Amino acid sequence: MIALLWRDLRLATRTGGGLGLGVAFFLILCTLVPFGIGPDRAALAPVAPGILWVGALLACLLSLDRIFALDHEDGSLDLLATAPLPLEGTVAVKALAHWITTGLPLILAAPLFGVLLQLPVQAMPWLVASLLIGTPALSMLGAFGAAITVGLRRGGMLLSLLVLPLYIPTLIFGAEITRRGAEGAATGTPLLFLAGITMAVLALIPFAAAAALRVNLR
Amino acid sequence: MSLLAVHDLAVSRGGLRTLEGVSFTLEPGQALILRGPNGVGKTTLLRHVAGLQDPLEGRIEMAEDAAAYAAHADGLKTTLTVTENLAFWAAVFGGAGIAAALEAMDLSALASRPAAALSAGQKRRLGLARLLVTGRPLWVLDEPTVSLDAASVARFAQVVRAHLGQGGAALIATHIDLGIPEARVLDLSPFRARPRRVMPSRPAGFNEAFA
Repeated sequence: MIALLWRDLRLATRTGGGLGLGVAFFLILCTLVPFGIGPDRAALAPVAPGILWVGALLACLLSLDRIFALDHEDGSLDLLATAPLPLEGTVAVKALAHWITTGLPLILAAPLFGVLLQLPVQAMPWLVASLLIGTPALSMLGAFGAAITVGLRRGGMLLSLLVLPLYIPTLIFGAEITRRGAEGAATGTPLLFLAGITMAVLALIPFAAAAALRVNLR
Repeated sequence: MSLLAVHDLAVSRGGLRTLEGVSFTLEPGQALILRGPNGVGKTTLLRHVAGLQDPLEGRIEMAEDAAAYAAHADGLKTTLTVTENLAFWAAVFGGAGIAAALEAMDLSALASRPAAALSAGQKRRLGLARLLVTGRPLWVLDEPTVSLDAASVARFAQVVRAHLGQGGAALIATHIDLGIPEARVLDLSPFRARPRRVMPSRPAGFNEAFA
């Protein structure tokens, strides 16, 4: 499993691996919004938590189809399925690799991009905390979507349609934490809800995704 | 104890029955070559033996984690080097002997090249070298010699014979003469599934009503 993680990380950092694509997309989105709404602090600050979270969601979505599609194309997925690794473990490791290459850079870049959107300084730690807790769920749900669409040509669009509705609970509580952080209100409740959603997703989704892969490999 | 025993197997591809009534056994040290025209179901049968699909009927008996599968696609990552590709599969399967595997398939000189810079035949040789690092006794090979030159085919036959000599077994679908004289040959054409008589789905009186 460690070998699989290293391989996926190595592939992501080599040419054509798409590392940094998510962050670049996130940056462009956060730059575009002030152009659309205007740079006025009074207009930007209230929408900043929502925009930042939606941006992180979409940036995460960008690289989801790579999780299984590339391995399916070159035959590695068949070989991984016949390898001594449990398929559930393979799914979990690939989702982890996706989180390290996509989610983690987003979390690190988010406070910087928050400045572009006039997000109050006292909200920054909450933004980082909510992303830290929420993004693993995004990667894991994405792996589930990628497993369902793995055999399809040009499955990327369908993948987005399948996965985005599943992101709604994470988005609601993640943005709520950041908003309350900006207002200086108590953030305990949404934080617990978000953590609960992530835990449930991490515990259950690998099994669902592995079952979907087994069907698609037939 | 045979390595692989297939009893009265029926398989389907894309919902269509392709083969039925296939039975054979494979003992350690034996090789079985599957022949048959395109589309008869050689690949489908091999995918069943590899455990990727479940049979319609019949059963496949073999020890768990005995089979190493080599399909049409080699499962190579083009941005990784030859050694990195092989080392990954060795780590996954818990096998060893990367250097020996490279030597056996004549890839030592290419060890540090990215797989993207290999020719089709060299990629195939790397795909086959993977079998050696899996440490599994039963090789399930789907047209292993595609894009190999004559010398490489001979080299590959040597590798397979060495594997048989160590108590391994091989199930190979191929159209050419591999040069493994001790291998048995199984022609799959007689096992082609007969098209089932389609049961009339309309009530008997349906046509009469419009007559």
